[in-house]
Amino acid sequence: MRTAYSVHDYDVIVIGAGGAGMRAAIEAAQQGARTAIICKSLLGKAHTVMAEGGAAAALGNVNPQDNWQVHFRDTMRGGKLLNNWRMAEIFAKEAPERILELEEWGAVFDRTKDGLISQRDFGGHRYARLAHVGDRTGLEIIRTLQYKLIHLNVDVFMEYTVTRLLTDGGRIAGAFGYRRDTGELQVFKAGAVVLATGGFGKVWKYTSMSWESTGDGIALALDAGADLLDVEMVQFHPTGMVWPPGARGILVTEGVRGDGGVLRNKDGRRFMFDYIPEFFKAETAETEAEADAWYTDKKNNRRPPELLPRDEVTRAIYAEVKAGRGSPHGGVFLDIASRRSADYIRKRLPSMYHQFLELAGVDITREPMEVYPTCHYSMGGIRVDAETQGATVPGLFAAGEVAAGLHGANRLGGNSLTDILVFGRRAGLYAAKHARELVHASDPLDDQIEEAARELLAPFAAAGGESPYAIQAELQEVMQEHVGIYRDEAGMRTALDKIQQLKRRARAVRAEGPREYNPGWHATRDLHSMLTVAEVVTLAALERKETRGGHSRTDYPAADPQWGKVNVVVRKVGGELQLDRVPIPEMPAELKALLEAT
Amino acid sequence: MKPGEKVTLRVWRGSPAGGAFREYQVEVAPGMVVLDALRAAQAAEAPDLAIRWNCKAGKCGSCSAEVNGHPVLMCMTRLEEIREPGPVTVTPLKTFPLIKDLVTDVSFNYQKAKEIPPFTPGPKDPDGKRRMYQEDVERIQEFRKCIECFLCQNVCHVIRDHPEHKPAFAGPRFFIYLANLEMHPWDTVDRTDLIKGQAGIGFCNITKCCTEVCPEKIRITDNAIIPLKERVVDQHYDPILWLWRRVTGRR
Repeated sequence: MRTAYSVHDYDVIVIGAGGAGMRAAIEAAQQGARTAIICKSLLGKAHTVMAEGGAAAALGNVNPQDNWQVHFRDTMRGGKLLNNWRMAEIFAKEAPERILELEEWGAVFDRTKDGLISQRDFGGHRYARLAHVGDRTGLEIIRTLQYKLIHLNVDVFMEYTVTRLLTDGGRIAGAFGYRRDTGELQVFKAGAVVLATGGFGKVWKYTSMSWESTGDGIALALDAGADLLDVEMVQFHPTGMVWPPGARGILVTEGVRGDGGVLRNKDGRRFMFDYIPEFFKAETAETEAEADAWYTDKKNNRRPPELLPRDEVTRAIYAEVKAGRGSPHGGVFLDIASRRSADYIRKRLPSMYHQFLELAGVDITREPMEVYPTCHYSMGGIRVDAETQGATVPGLFAAGEVAAGLHGANRLGGNSLTDILVFGRRAGLYAAKHARELVHASDPLDDQIEEAARELLAPFAAAGGESPYAIQAELQEVMQEHVGIYRDEAGMRTALDKIQQLKRRARAVRAEGPREYNPGWHATRDLHSMLTVAEVVTLAALERKETRGGHSRTDYPAADPQWGKVNVVVRKVGGELQLDRVPIPEMPAELKALLEAT
Repeated sequence: MKPGEKVTLRVWRGSPAGGAFREYQVEVAPGMVVLDALRAAQAAEAPDLAIRWNCKAGKCGSCSAEVNGHPVLMCMTRLEEIREPGPVTVTPLKTFPLIKDLVTDVSFNYQKAKEIPPFTPGPKDPDGKRRMYQEDVERIQEFRKCIECFLCQNVCHVIRDHPEHKPAFAGPRFFIYLANLEMHPWDTVDRTDLIKGQAGIGFCNITKCCTEVCPEKIRITDNAIIPLKERVVDQHYDPILWLWRRVTGRR
């Protein structure tokens, strides 16, 4: 007997309704494509709301010397040159336009004295470059996009989950999933699919990400035959909350350091001066006096080492704690209380103030915060074309965190909120174009639908009695321990064995209760994505035998110039995972010159 | 409740067809919030317990529910700070139709959002830029802090006690949204008729329930609703303005 399901028909479907997904859907609809957006949660709740610091764009409102060339240089250097340079170029050039466009749609950024968009300092950016709204920039952006979207002709499917992409002859034909409230199965026919499912930080125990960030897009793309790129590059943001345990991992914005906060160990030492790498020596202050003078006189002083790119600060904090110089709860101190007035802190960092007071009972205008690195961002992801955001499967596009290339080995703070706008728009544009140019649309194949339905409903008939949450928790422990901030061969081999065992156990996990709004059933799907992510990340991390950006190995502690010339690709062929090293194309001379400029 | 103690959660479980309270025991960890405790119960013994949540940091507004009868974000309600003795009772938002357990159908709010004409800016400055000053920004930024948790909608008695008003009433969330648009220095649309008519601001009799429950501490009543009411009065009920308009034919 055939399974019952509802059928929807569109030109473009966008999966994921964070910033990238909404920007893609807006563009596709404005291009005239019949567009739907599908999201696991309610509209406006995606992880973008958690972005705090700001959106980087060389508007030049605070530092007139800023321009796309410097933004390009900072992005490439921050990414340790592993970036797709063409993406970085497009990004730096288009970022200002995308930010200004948001204002036309109603976004309200903080202002300079002249009434222009204010910009704040962040790690790795040479100039104050982040358009911001206090420390709730992500909320401003997601709300603006949400209210733009609802007045366009886009159908929104909230609390729907996609479990499989449907293909026909190797090209995209649609997607299969279910709606949460009723548990009913759904088929979406579409000429083009944009994946904008965000990151996969939920695979680690301590993360700044929400329950949604399970890497569904990675699993969907891989199963549909797409290439993944540099998935070993996972960013541990230097500052997450450490205490209380329930709040562990929640992000503490880099804006705290941008606005004057400093890192200290248990002896009160401002330790970042001990960790300035050769690569950034020329542009980083050597003494506390110089670092402090920079806040008021940026022309004649170099930047404080607290504002080095995130990977550098993360490694430094890890080393301090490891050496026994950490804070009482195993982090380090982040101190802005002794450096700025209470008024200034409450104005510039209102949600940090609120978050510490409510969750930890700490008043950050009076006491230092305790922080430790938390899993924060996935630089790697689906391999896409720089111009179109097209994946290696025809009809499949990807944008935002799920796509790879822009950030290389390490993302600079503030580059994500602009990434979702620049490449969200491009993905929507080219997805609409692809759908329009299709000579005849493909029909999703019945046997694929039947198989996807069987797979999705299997947990209700499974023999095992285990809870999916138990397997999730074990996986998070394994990844935290062996594929976390530091990695080595033996640990990753252990992790791979464990992942295989967990995969076997996951096949027998049982869902209880009815199909209607059943989180336990949903968790069985999350497990599929999380286990897929864990496996590909560990394999890629084993492959890359060097330390670069978000990938730090104790057995290969230095960056290796040979590894700096290749991206690591993972794909599934005939059900088996294959690894490949793909050379990074030669950068044109005019871009190279920008990198060398000081 | 102290760390190490066991807390009894009394959770409403059921569907529109009916339901009952179920009790779960969870050990309290330091800093544990109600949402953590529910998730612990979910992982240990109730995998199909329906809860809605995302960020767990008070920023997405998904985990709204009523804890011991108080409308709150479950992720920001620490067990150590619950003062009432006895079990912690968790029930779904009362004002919206139930889907299952603690999850309600909040689509009413998304429908209302669509009914408001979008932001429509006037022309740019002659140099192609747009300017706005921080003091003007701050007035409307207060409204833009809204995380759409819909707790204000949930406690607004116009909606809660009189569902028949729902078609003709926007609710506090959308009054702050309207105030944001109306006070935006660049916007060109006049929404006064909508505020008076379709949004039904006249139903609000300023009991400030919405302001009290707002987790973002937005002064919904004082800073949005009252100024909007004044704007409606100025435009529709000011006798001098009325006469002026009659004479000049201007709006």
